[in-house]
Amino acid sequence: MNEQDARYDYLLQLGDNDLILGQRLAALCGHGPALEEDIAMTNVALDLIGQSRFWLSYAAELKGGDADEDTLAFLRDAPEFRNTLLVEQPNGDYAQTIVRQCFFDVWHFFLLRALSTSTDERIAGIAAKSIKEVQYHVERSGDWIVRLGDGTEESHRRTQAAVDTLWRFSGELFRSTPAEAALIESGVAVDVSTLYAPWREHMQALFDEATLTLPGDQPMQEGGKRGQHSEHLGFLLAEMQVLQRTYPGAQW
Amino acid sequence: MSETKKKWPLWEIFIRSQHGLSHKHVGSLHAPDAEMAVKNARDVYTRRNEGVSIWVLPAEQITASSPGEREPLYEPARSKIYRHPTFFPMPEGVEHI
Repeated sequence: MNEQDARYDYLLQLGDNDLILGQRLAALCGHGPALEEDIAMTNVALDLIGQSRFWLSYAAELKGGDADEDTLAFLRDAPEFRNTLLVEQPNGDYAQTIVRQCFFDVWHFFLLRALSTSTDERIAGIAAKSIKEVQYHVERSGDWIVRLGDGTEESHRRTQAAVDTLWRFSGELFRSTPAEAALIESGVAVDVSTLYAPWREHMQALFDEATLTLPGDQPMQEGGKRGQHSEHLGFLLAEMQVLQRTYPGAQW
Repeated sequence: MSETKKKWPLWEIFIRSQHGLSHKHVGSLHAPDAEMAVKNARDVYTRRNEGVSIWVLPAEQITASSPGEREPLYEPARSKIYRHPTFFPMPEGVEHI
């Protein structure tokens, strides 16, 4: 894979994580557990989808031809998506939605902070712009982790169960693909393995406050970043892409 | 568990739209505690750049005057126009009076 292809692949990773999680959260619109929470989560969804547009637009420019942010979002099939397995996991109960969000948000924050000094100025710019939104996401999902974990007996039980279910998808966040690794030396990409220590430390403090337990070492699921996805992504894409697939080129 | 079915308390939300202006009541919302009420207010009431500061107040902490007491409370002031400072000649060029 040459440098340009590697960069394209890397931008897809960045954009697809935002896009797929944004789509997941958007599905809660009108179905949130409370009106206020519904609005808040939809705001986060919009933030993420907005960020994915920056990444995918840049990716489309590198790809050239007819590609644009829309063709990349709506006309790729599951194996061409580069998001991590974590973000495509179903919303489940609200504890699962929040735990998935918290794992992602904290990682996302450390990633963007590191990317804001990328040697690719365009990447650095998008990261610096996005991180303000993500800082708020981190606070919000963290607040919920504490309230759910240290809430009622039922909320504690459900939240711990969500942690135990989703933990196996956390490892992938800190593993580089070969394409990614090729960009680390030139300072374009971040070595995600270096994000693990600060992420873990943040989680430990948060989970202590929430009276939750971080799982011990266990085998991790991965593959999303290489295009090997769980069965959930196909259903998500079917819903997200149906309009463009049925009426190609349809405009809003 | 009936405890978990309890509704979140109601909070009254006040937003300062610009520095220098006072906080204005904009509405109310439900939240489990004050901190979350601020976050929810941010999402519900400042999405279009409406504010620079948020206050939240438990609605139950507000003591309101009763509409039934309108007459004894407000009527006596109505006929006393001399309480308005409108009888003084103002120098020219003074604004915002």
